[in-house]
Amino acid sequence: MSVLIYAESPGGQLKKAAYEAVTFGHKVAKIIGTPHVVALTIGKVEGSEVLGKYGATKVLNVAHEGGFDSQVHTSIIAQVAAKAGSKVVIVNHSADGKSLLGRLSVKLKAGSVSGINALPTFEGGKLRATKGVFSSKAFATYEVKTPKAVFSLMGNTLPPEEVGSDIAPENIAVTIPKSRIVVIKEDRAKGTVPLPEAELVVSAGRGMKGPENWGIIEELAEELGATTACSRPVADVGWRPHHEHVGQTGVAIRPNLYIAAGISGAIQHLAGVNSSKVIVVINKDPEAPFFKAADYGVVADLFDVVPRLTAALKKYKAQ
Amino acid sequence: MKLLVCVSKTPETTTKVSFTDGNTQFNTSGVQYIMNPYDEWYALVRAVELKEKAAGSKVTLVNVGPASNDSILRKGLAIGADQALRVNAEPSSAYFVAAQIAQYAKGMDIVFTGKETIDYNGSEVAAILAELLDLPYISYATDLQVEGNVATVTREIEGGKEIVKVQMPFVVSASKGMAEQRIPNMRGIMQAKRKPLVVREPKKMSDPVSIVQYTLPAPKSAVKLVDPEDMDELVRLLHEEAKVI
Ligand SMILES: Cc1cc2nc3c(=O)[nH]c(=O)nc-3n(C[C@H](O)[C@H](O)[C@H](O)COP(=O)(O)OP(=O)(O)OC[C@H]3O[C@@H](n4cnc5c(N)ncnc54)[C@H](O)[C@@H]3O)c2cc1C
Ligand SMILES: Nc1ncnc2c1ncn2[C@@H]1O[C@H](COP(=O)(O)O)[C@@H](O)[C@H]1O
Repeated sequence: MSVLIYAESPGGQLKKAAYEAVTFGHKVAKIIGTPHVVALTIGKVEGSEVLGKYGATKVLNVAHEGGFDSQVHTSIIAQVAAKAGSKVVIVNHSADGKSLLGRLSVKLKAGSVSGINALPTFEGGKLRATKGVFSSKAFATYEVKTPKAVFSLMGNTLPPEEVGSDIAPENIAVTIPKSRIVVIKEDRAKGTVPLPEAELVVSAGRGMKGPENWGIIEELAEELGATTACSRPVADVGWRPHHEHVGQTGVAIRPNLYIAAGISGAIQHLAGVNSSKVIVVINKDPEAPFFKAADYGVVADLFDVVPRLTAALKKYKAQ
Repeated sequence: MKLLVCVSKTPETTTKVSFTDGNTQFNTSGVQYIMNPYDEWYALVRAVELKEKAAGSKVTLVNVGPASNDSILRKGLAIGADQALRVNAEPSSAYFVAAQIAQYAKGMDIVFTGKETIDYNGSEVAAILAELLDLPYISYATDLQVEGNVATVTREIEGGKEIVKVQMPFVVSASKGMAEQRIPNMRGIMQAKRKPLVVREPKKMSDPVSIVQYTLPAPKSAVKLVDPEDMDELVRLLHEEAKVI
């Protein structure tokens, strides 16, 4: 018996989300009572021995050329799961991970729960896992009725922990089906942490008046090392790129810190951000609904306050 | 082209969420339902646009749900689908839904779903369906162009996008950007009344997972207001009290 973690490595680089998933898998293994934690990488990957440090007891690699294809990757992961006798398979709740989850559940005859946000429980031989539903307005606990389970893990659920030491990766051979998809181009913003993984997020809305004013938001984000986000109308009119739109119909995030400037806090916006650990709201209207969901609030003109906050951070970092 | 669009029903986006029966059932009293936005605004509209460009094409809607969902299907017909099929069953899990739809998806050129339903936020049905049908699956598409029997699809990935080519048939889930929302007009609404909507009984099967408990998030304590003149204080609070920086 084992727990298998698919460690995603876009562009050959392991991400923080992969380390998180491995530490999470290490804890799940303890919960279900197995010492075997298998981390799998697909394609050329640098530095996968470090997955041992984060809790893997075995690091496997399947050599593979070509881009992501949920059908091909599912086949690879399922073959490794069969060889490793995996009872639980964990993927990230990312674009690729979400495309794999349902397929894996069919292939492995394993009940699936997507976007889990806490460690599962294991009682009477049954796994139970919790996830956000109704766009994080509530949580639902699912019971898995099959002997095997597949989970996708929400980013930022548990921090990666160093619980072991480096392990040399081993190659493992599986049958690779022919892909019916050709990846022509991949564009990823370089340098910044993608929103679903970001621990710190600075977001702004219509209160910004226009795209030309976003400099102060970018400066604050840079000072913090945060990723930028926005409300939906702002992305709709093209002030900001689509992938920055958070909320019910955008990206759902749960960073440690969410700073919102010039966003009213409509219920559809809150739906995507209200599981953030700490929310700071900057709005000139004391009646803005966002204050009800905030931990800290500043009632003021954002054009004054945001640069002042950036300056205060700079001062704090200098100390 | 034969195009299948999976549409679901979700509570309206401003719905107050509560539960009954010891927090094991979603409280449906007073809840207004809508067609899931991703299904309606993007998947369906793009399918209709493709149909309008390729003579002889047909858009079929499919829903797994009770009779009260017929209004959702009629709306989809008013937006431009040609026919609708409802599998008469409560959608008790993503697997159940996908397995029901799979029976009717054979022979389709493109199967569309939304990115996710905005109630259970599973994002699972499309991938399960693709595996059951042994088809390629492109998730979170923001653009879909078809030429001959090959589609070029742009999909969202973390912090960016990916462009892929795929041969029909395939499954695709639609994200924002794939099309522009269409409001049904009077003519569409009148025509929808005469378009076929058939109902089929479900294939029996058990659910691999089920919800045993709901919980509501702990209520937030009141917001702490910080003096706008004193941003050093906010930084101190974030560092010392909230411990997030
Ligand atoms: C089905 C549906 C789905 C939706 N999904 C989403 C979603 O996913 N994400 C999303 O964000 N929205 C979504 N919306 C839209 C949502 O209802 C709101 O319209 C939107 O969030 C408002 O954006 P905003 O807060 O930027 O703008 P506004 O509501 O216009 O708020 C601007 C705020 O800025 C403040 N302000 C103005 N000037 C200043 C200043 N100088 N200093 C400080 N504060 C200032 C104002 O007091 C105001 O509170 C959805 C709507 C629907 C119907
Ligand atoms: N009951 C249903 N009937 C038909 N299609 C559905 C149903 N539930 C979900 N879908 C489709 O699957 C997509 C993803 O749903 P989900 O996996 O539940 O997030 C939706 O956007 C719909 O296109």
